[in-house]
Amino acid sequence: MEKPQLLSRLARLWDPLFKGTTAVLAYLVLALLVAICVALLHEGSQAFRTFGWHFLVSKAWDPANNRFGALIPIYGTLISSLIAIVIAVPVSFGIALFITELAPRWLRQPVSAAIELLAAIPSIIFGMWGLFTFAPWFSNYEPWISDHLGSIPGIGALFRGPPFGIGMMTAGIILAIMIIPFIASIMREVFLLTPPMLRESAYGVGATTWEVVRNVVLPYTRTAVAGGIFLGLGRALGETMAVTFVIGNAHSVSASLLNPGYSIAAALANEFTEAFSPLYKSSLIALGFILFIITFVILVLAKLLLLRLERAQGEST
Amino acid sequence: MSAVSPVPKISVRNLDFHYGKFHALKDINLDVAPREVTAFIGPSGCGKSTLLRVFNRMYALYPNQVATGEVLLDQQNILDRRQDLHHLRSRVGMVFQKPTPFPMSIYENIAFGVRLHERIKKGALDDRIEAALRQAALWDEVKDKLRQSGMRLSGGQQQRLCIARAIAVKPDVLLLDEPASALDPISTLKIEELIYELRQNYTIVIVTHNMQQAARVSDYTAFMYLGELVEFGITNKIFTNPSQKQTEDYITGRYG
Repeated sequence: MEKPQLLSRLARLWDPLFKGTTAVLAYLVLALLVAICVALLHEGSQAFRTFGWHFLVSKAWDPANNRFGALIPIYGTLISSLIAIVIAVPVSFGIALFITELAPRWLRQPVSAAIELLAAIPSIIFGMWGLFTFAPWFSNYEPWISDHLGSIPGIGALFRGPPFGIGMMTAGIILAIMIIPFIASIMREVFLLTPPMLRESAYGVGATTWEVVRNVVLPYTRTAVAGGIFLGLGRALGETMAVTFVIGNAHSVSASLLNPGYSIAAALANEFTEAFSPLYKSSLIALGFILFIITFVILVLAKLLLLRLERAQGEST
Repeated sequence: MSAVSPVPKISVRNLDFHYGKFHALKDINLDVAPREVTAFIGPSGCGKSTLLRVFNRMYALYPNQVATGEVLLDQQNILDRRQDLHHLRSRVGMVFQKPTPFPMSIYENIAFGVRLHERIKKGALDDRIEAALRQAALWDEVKDKLRQSGMRLSGGQQQRLCIARAIAVKPDVLLLDEPASALDPISTLKIEELIYELRQNYTIVIVTHNMQQAARVSDYTAFMYLGELVEFGITNKIFTNPSQKQTEDYITGRYG
């Protein structure tokens, strides 16, 4: 008689205990997020207090005279990530399209696996490869880019510059290669989520593969595709090692994408060991805080965009 | 086996079908009469849907599915390698088990298929869409919300939208693969009434699990079992006086 009673009492205790434990674990993540944010803001507050909002728009980065501004690394972070997205999205789309719709069955698995293995390469390997192999090779073609694209009115200035090999464009290309596996595999997964019957319906009215993808698969999956792209963007923004190797680490802002630049993550990786004055260190942490905010905003934007797309899909097109 | 006297719309000759190594259809011979409703019945896995999917070569999307033999549509073998699938599917429309509206407006759902096959002016397209929706008995319910997403309609309305989409392309043949299996009884009744109307203009082939439905809507019925065509004939005869024991067992509910 006693034993079953004990068991049932234990069982009654067990459930709330289980619930409580999982809840604590879940809230811990939230607390960690807030704690990191507060710590960054606190440590960086000296820089913000000293320079005010000028910290965001100042090009200065002069440790000798204790003058710091975040504009150049912010600009470099955004532009290199933008280049990466512009290159990676169409390539990923082509890869996902090929794997899901066009490739013969026996080729699908190996190609998907190869794409995903690309994500397993440590970023420092990409950085070394970018610096020692890609950049010297790319510098052979930069004069050609400069000569041919540099004369286009309007956007020509983007492509005029010295053939260093390293620079904003190289960083963007390396980043693109690094985020392609993420974007491509998300696109592949969501393309496969399209109900087979829906795809067959489109083929059934006589559509070609391209027409099916363009008009049915993409609209059906666009929310998730946008999510994949923003995930890739988030990774590109925060990527440190590879960018540090190839972006050139020059505290200068230039219209040309061929010129060396700087990114927030690269600045942090390069300069933490040299930051002897408290203001210097505080400025670096303030940079980290800004990077945190940028990625956070990108993710919130992504969510809002996804919500809007979802609602639009519900109402009309 | 051919129970049909006039020139058949579709003639199946010695058709075999394989999913990889699985032999799904075994030496099928049958004629589909023009502007009549032909129903395929039989237990799950008997090959009735497979046979239907040969008629618009839907199976060709999947590399391990192979059909051999002949399927003549108006005397032309559609299994021929040179058959243009795009063109075939404009002549043979299909509606599926579940409603499959495209992620676009009601108007665009229908316009999509039409535009794939012809260049058409806006006014003519509007007329075509209205005609298709009227034929599918959906016009009165959606005429004020053509710009709304097709995905927001009820299940029964979505299925009628899919029928409108199929007939807007002006096919000769309509393939219906258990078109009412996901619908409530009232929507099912509407679809059945619609099939009755549509037979005046189209050759209809319907696959159904529901024997009463086959008896109600079809002129001819084919009973299939384990990949073979057991019996094919006028619906009335199949249901009242089948010549095969297997058919009788199935119809009286002894298996399946």
